Amino acid sequence: MSKVDLAQFHKAFYEESLDGLDAMEQALLALDEGAEDPELINVVFRAAHSIKGGAATFGFTDVAAFTHVAENLMDEVRSGRRPMAKAVVELLLRSGDTVRDMLSLSMTGQPAATAESQALLAELSAMVSGHAVAPVAVAKAAAPTEAIEGWDIAFRPFDYLLKSGNDPARMFRELEALGPLAVTCDASKLPALAEMDAESSYLGWTLRLDAGAKRAAVEGVFDWVDGDCDLTVTPRIAAPAPVAEVVAAAPAAAAPRAVRDPAANSESSSVRVGIEKIDTLINLVGELVITQSMLSQFNDGVDASQLEMLRHGLAQLGRHTRELQESVMSIRMLPISTVFNRFPRLVRDLAQKLDKKVVLDMRGETTELDKTVLEKIGDPLVHLVRNAIDHGLEMPDKRLAAGKGDTGTLRLEAFHRGGSIVVEVADNGAGLNRDAIVAKAIQRGIIATGEGMSDEAVADLIFEAGFSTAAATTDLSGRGVGMDVVRRNVMDLGGTVAIRSVQGSGTTFTITLPLTLAIIDGLTAAVGEEIYIVPLVSIIESVQVKPDTVRSVAGGGELFRFRDNWLPIVRLFDVFGCAGQRRAVDEGIVIVVEGEGTRIGLFVDELIGQQQAVVKSLEANYRRVTGISGATILADGSVALIADVTGLVRMQARRKAA
Amino acid sequence: MNQQASSASALPEEAAQYLTVNLGNEEYGVDILAVREIRGWTPVTRIPQAPDYVLGVLNLRGAIVPVLDLRLRFGLAREEYTATTVTVIVMVNGRQFGVVVDAVSDVVEVAPGDVRPVPDMGTTVDTEYLKGLTSVAERMVLLLDVDRLLQPQDAQMLEAALASTDVKAVA
Repeated sequence: MSKVDLAQFHKAFYEESLDGLDAMEQALLALDEGAEDPELINVVFRAAHSIKGGAATFGFTDVAAFTHVAENLMDEVRSGRRPMAKAVVELLLRSGDTVRDMLSLSMTGQPAATAESQALLAELSAMVSGHAVAPVAVAKAAAPTEAIEGWDIAFRPFDYLLKSGNDPARMFRELEALGPLAVTCDASKLPALAEMDAESSYLGWTLRLDAGAKRAAVEGVFDWVDGDCDLTVTPRIAAPAPVAEVVAAAPAAAAPRAVRDPAANSESSSVRVGIEKIDTLINLVGELVITQSMLSQFNDGVDASQLEMLRHGLAQLGRHTRELQESVMSIRMLPISTVFNRFPRLVRDLAQKLDKKVVLDMRGETTELDKTVLEKIGDPLVHLVRNAIDHGLEMPDKRLAAGKGDTGTLRLEAFHRGGSIVVEVADNGAGLNRDAIVAKAIQRGIIATGEGMSDEAVADLIFEAGFSTAAATTDLSGRGVGMDVVRRNVMDLGGTVAIRSVQGSGTTFTITLPLTLAIIDGLTAAVGEEIYIVPLVSIIESVQVKPDTVRSVAGGGELFRFRDNWLPIVRLFDVFGCAGQRRAVDEGIVIVVEGEGTRIGLFVDELIGQQQAVVKSLEANYRRVTGISGATILADGSVALIADVTGLVRMQARRKAA
Repeated sequence: MNQQASSASALPEEAAQYLTVNLGNEEYGVDILAVREIRGWTPVTRIPQAPDYVLGVLNLRGAIVPVLDLRLRFGLAREEYTATTVTVIVMVNGRQFGVVVDAVSDVVEVAPGDVRPVPDMGTTVDTEYLKGLTSVAERMVLLLDVDRLLQPQDAQMLEAALASTDVKAVA
């Protein structure tokens, strides 16, 4: 095996490229809003540049060819040859999306060049002036090396280059030895004389070498400054030849530069950690928690003289365990900005499409959330944001007519409240139309009358499944398209959604999420000879049921009266097929739980207590079990299963339907 | 790739080691590379809707590991668990599970040439779960195909379970 297997680096390249694309998108959005920061332009350029280099290194030639042209375009902007116009931003934003698609295709081993990307590539090439246009048109033919007429070299040293004793003039003389050389100096970065540091380099150069020299010879000149400058060496080719090939040869110069990316620097305070490692660590800590609780049971049976010491030690162990657990859990926590970051783009595109004016106000981006929660909260948030812009905010003329500014505000905010994270999506639009919702709900037979219903209860109606698929075509403010899905996703995470709406002045969606999914608060309950844990978040209350409030229904079901409703009784004993003694309904406890907006009563033998449970996966070594969401380990080291309330509600619904 | 394969087959393959376990009067071999640990029988937590041979799950240093009874898996009658009853923890394709057997007896070395196909001899055991058989000092050892133990019907059961959780179809 003489060749290094590059595949092992693919994942890192992919992740880095996606980070680069994100940074690029943010910079482009800032530029779009009129920020005139040359550093932002550089961020975009460097992102394109390092993706190109990486893609070429790892043999993703289609991606490299594409980003090469995008980079050229950015280079024109950077060197001041082209203004950062809206059209450029627009095109580059779309290019970023395309590169993202191309990367994911490449990573699955498919050809990345699609009709779409080719079309966009043509657009990019058309915009880039000069020689880059020709080679792009033909993407696949082999590159005849002898066709190289000369080299175009863009060379911009980093400001400290001179301090390392390198002299550009000497390098240019070396280049001149290879053939006729034309040097153009770019002095655009030159500061005012008063601010100038004589030891820093501010100049960049574009060199044109008119000789078919070997690439190695040309790049060799810059060997000493590799990594201390931005360098692109592009061959000028007589016949149209593939950019892909050309770029593929460039990585030596391009790849190391990624290190200098400011985005990379700003992230140096954080470490990318494999989630498996963290899971192992969490397991171990969970184990420690159990050991600690095991030890605490010895409290009573020890010789009196040692008791004080043991107590002291145990207290310390308890404290340390808790701290260790907290700090390990925090490794999983990531700032919510990783989710929020996609919204500036989304809001911009949507507002543009709908001809609305929207200002996005994001707050609390540094609020941290468990990675698993983060991954799953993105889609519901996108849904809410889309709804707020589409249906919540009015058209500019309507806003003016209503006495508001023509620009709507969308606020996206995350903050801590108690042991939970709250994420709010608020707009200052028209608010929910109570009458329309009530009318709709009556029409769909969800309620009989809207009279006496609180505003909250009315707003809640939009979470009903399929509530407004039809409403979207009516005059109803249209909220609720897929709102049931939003609520289900949030509930799957053990969270809740609430709506606050004031007609005429806006709507606020408040999502409350648990800090982490790895630990839950649960009620331990005995069922037959077994112990199950019911998550506290889904419990409404536990009641003792009197036989005279229970009605049997045809088909063997039982209903019991809970406040003003009749709820089905689900006997965990039967559902889980437990061994032991089946009890009469007044000998046990009914735990009223809610899942997907439906309440049922779980019948158990007795309640044992409340405890924190470190959630473990059953699927890791076994498989999914209906009605069970996972397992945990009790203080004695044995395993207890955690009831999946949503699953049990669904099972009950199915039984009813059958 | 081809080159590699052919050169590999030209080399004499190394003998594999097997942990032998007892099930009634028969002796079975478990590839020792799959064996993670051997522990005495301890009660497990039953799982709802599991096939009868899956006894439940146990806590293996924080991991939830299913345990199956090899006798029940092979359709034999369940025996009383005794002091020699052990749970062999194996790891296959990144998944761990425990296999309850009557006893562990030995570690044997088996050269690849000594493995013979299992004749359809109407043994107590379905040949589906066997890789082959070999003789070790007059004893016959049936080599288990460990990765199949938690499989075939389970895949179907899983599909059935997933299909039944689809509420949309019902609602």
